[in-house]
Amino acid sequence: MLSSLFIKDRNYIHALALAGLAVLFAINLAEFDGWLLFEMDLSGMLRFDRYALVMNAIGLASFFFYLLLSGSAMEKVGPHHADYLALLFFICAGLFMVTGFESLLILFLGIEVVSIPLYILTGSDKRNLKSNEAALKYFLLGSFSTGLLLLGIAFFYGARGNFMATVSVDPTVVGSSLQLAAVLLLLFAMSFKVSVAPFHFWTPDVYDGAPTVFTSFMATIVKVALFAAFVRLFEDTFSLQFSLWQPWVAGFVVVTLLIGNLTAVFQQSVKRMLAYSSIAQAGFMLLAVYTINGDSKEGLLLYAASYSLATIGIFAVLVYLQDHTFEGFNGLAKKQPIVAASLVIFSLSLAGIPLTGGFLAKLFMIKAALAYQPWLAIVSVVMAVVSVFYYFRLIQAMYFRKDAQSISIEFPKSFPIGLLVTALIVVLLGIFPEAILGLLYF
Amino acid sequence: MVVLLLLLIPLIGASFLFLYKGDHQFASTASLKLSLVSLLVMCLRLFCWHTPEQLSFTAPWLTSLGSSFSLRMDGLGTILSLLTTTAYFLLFWYMRSRTIERPAAFFAWLLLAQVGMLGVFLAMDSLLFYFFWELALIPMYFLASQWGGARSVSVTFKFFIYTFLGSVFMLIGILYLQSKTADHSFALESIKKIKLTSDQQSWLFWFFFIAFAIKLPVFPFHTWQPDTYEESATPVTAILSAIMVKMGVLGLLRWVLPLFPIASYMWGDVVMSMAVAGIVYASFLAMQQVDLKRLIAYSSIAHIGLMTAGAFALNQLAYQGLLIQLFTHGINILGMWILADIIERKTGTRSIDSLGGIAQHSPTLTIFFVIIALANIALPLTNAFVGEFLLFAGVLATPSTYYWAFAVAVGLGIILSAVYTLRMIRAVFYGQPSARTSMAIRLALHEVGALVFIVGLILFFGICPQPLIDMTADFSKDLFGQTDITSLFRKS
Repeated sequence: MLSSLFIKDRNYIHALALAGLAVLFAINLAEFDGWLLFEMDLSGMLRFDRYALVMNAIGLASFFFYLLLSGSAMEKVGPHHADYLALLFFICAGLFMVTGFESLLILFLGIEVVSIPLYILTGSDKRNLKSNEAALKYFLLGSFSTGLLLLGIAFFYGARGNFMATVSVDPTVVGSSLQLAAVLLLLFAMSFKVSVAPFHFWTPDVYDGAPTVFTSFMATIVKVALFAAFVRLFEDTFSLQFSLWQPWVAGFVVVTLLIGNLTAVFQQSVKRMLAYSSIAQAGFMLLAVYTINGDSKEGLLLYAASYSLATIGIFAVLVYLQDHTFEGFNGLAKKQPIVAASLVIFSLSLAGIPLTGGFLAKLFMIKAALAYQPWLAIVSVVMAVVSVFYYFRLIQAMYFRKDAQSISIEFPKSFPIGLLVTALIVVLLGIFPEAILGLLYF
Repeated sequence: MVVLLLLLIPLIGASFLFLYKGDHQFASTASLKLSLVSLLVMCLRLFCWHTPEQLSFTAPWLTSLGSSFSLRMDGLGTILSLLTTTAYFLLFWYMRSRTIERPAAFFAWLLLAQVGMLGVFLAMDSLLFYFFWELALIPMYFLASQWGGARSVSVTFKFFIYTFLGSVFMLIGILYLQSKTADHSFALESIKKIKLTSDQQSWLFWFFFIAFAIKLPVFPFHTWQPDTYEESATPVTAILSAIMVKMGVLGLLRWVLPLFPIASYMWGDVVMSMAVAGIVYASFLAMQQVDLKRLIAYSSIAHIGLMTAGAFALNQLAYQGLLIQLFTHGINILGMWILADIIERKTGTRSIDSLGGIAQHSPTLTIFFVIIALANIALPLTNAFVGEFLLFAGVLATPSTYYWAFAVAVGLGIILSAVYTLRMIRAVFYGQPSARTSMAIRLALHEVGALVFIVGLILFFGICPQPLIDMTADFSKDLFGQTDITSLFRKS
């Protein structure tokens, strides 16, 4: 809705994009106070409640930091810098649709608006075979899951006679087999989109193959917004079929946490490690779908913010390194103390160590899970401990290992400062989460 | 406000040193001055400030979660804060004459660890407690990894993983307790009001106990400890074993025993067995060690075993002894580590076999070492005697049916500690001087100052332990009131 202003003109430069985002962010914040730029009849298709608005604000803020940190690196991918930016803004528009959908049609449209530019961006490094392979893989599997989604929506329409994402109390609808099929198909399709195991197989290859700048965007901003849609879909629409899908989701949580964390431990490449870590983190975020209560919804917001910022930060550094394995980070603390210190904060946040946003996010999730299934909470904390193994390898490489071949790493001048600001925000989220959560209620 | 001051002084110091990288001279002087200020604040608290308003601080924080930034200094907090400020002051004093790589970062991490540990000692809110618990761990991780020996990275990582694993279980326990409170609050006061069934207490007990047992460490959770102590730089080891293990004891005294008294009684025999098994096992291992640091590390496990046994003896005598022991053990073990560090630096080895005969050329060092070592085995007229005596008496009076077995094991541990300590003194200081020890070891002024201070504390509290008892009597009485098993059963 809001971004339609910006999609029209294509030829803006980096600064214009940043300014545009700042304006969007301001408009979004203004809307909290009921101050609308323009009113539109959405005829029940979209509804921007507070939750969606907060989610959008987080997405926009993450996007802002993403452009700030990795914007210049985009030029390395190919000559079409402006086109990449335009595609990213397209995705952003799609994300607003999925966070605020009221009709399943909009959800479908939103997901497509997100996916198609992503397919292009994944393959944007045309000379790189891996990038092409990743794009094709992503496109094929993505279309397949979109098919599932569409089929699910069709069944949904069959059961209810409309596309509205509302709770139906009609007993003929609640128990009908069409409805059950719709629930499961939508569950599988959404799980695929947010890379929850066992639907995660595309993730490592696509994340690894895509140009690092775009992996960063895919793994963070896109993923958390889709999670918001996931929660919204199941909370608004299927809360009465709770007992049907909840065991499935519980199973997915456990499988995702196990596969994501245990596989990430054995990765040698930081990029692949982050791909698996994003699966692992998806397992935690999936707890929000599983529990659907106030705690976990607040937790998802914190999760969205802290996870996005931290992952964007690590990816942004990764872009500048020649060596994408852990060895590439050796001795970074000596050469770039500010960058290294920021990376420590990001790693601590992702691992869920207190005083960072990541800890409180996990705290909310575990607290929510504890109310339903104590063993699920236990599995997740044990997996959080496992995650320390791979996040701390980064710290160990930077601080405790000396690099063999002293390649100097060049960052743009303002880059360390931007990174440090991002890291400070992650810390502030861990100390004053009210800054975000307060937006929900006031 | 005094509690806030105690946290702020090192915090400001740490941030300053992180940003302003000075040389060793600057960093150590600044840290020494800061620790002196902390110690003075602590002394003022002991002599002038007694009102509850001065001893507590509460500010809203994470209110939406039901937490608050609430600190209070009770008897337990007082004695541990006194230990922390004293030990930091002494260590920094000693560090004036000991160079170290990247001094500014080193001192900054140490000060940050001090914030974490003091926070743990003073927090009256379970979430805040958890925050500080982890805050103390991160600096230690960096200190032990960066300034350690060749294997220190992997060894410290094991320590970190172990501790973190324990603490996440505690986190689940905390969250569970919070969900049970009437006002959905993390505050200790609210948690104490919950009526828990003995089943609930039982599993919560283990969730909390494991976190503390790893930190202490209690046998069989001790495997990280000798390696970490050996591989870390000795000043870091000193902080780990003099102050950080007290976090575990505090956990038992403040969170486990009063919150789960019935479970503590039910599982008391199991824990006591673990503790006394640890005492005997560690004592025998200590006798086999040839590395000075490993020997002290194992002796520390034995001492910690005794403290754990005292905590689960569930009577006032043992609590009282334990509270005193918290302070005296910290001071004595700090002295041991400083001496071990001096010997290692000046002779270039920690291997007991290649030392010997130091007494011939360095009588001053020998006198210091003998006094501190004797205090470590709790000879009468040294500070540790009172605490250990009360602990032993308390273990004898435990409500368990196996009290005699525990008492025998504890007694054996005390005898063995004399055996390995005296052996160490003989091997290191007497006999024929080796090539490494044939030169006189000169002590620098700062080293002598710190050691004289420690010996002074040992003798003063050995002859006149009453101040320590007065400081903690209220707390042990109160704790006994909450954990007295006979009155608990009578009530229910």
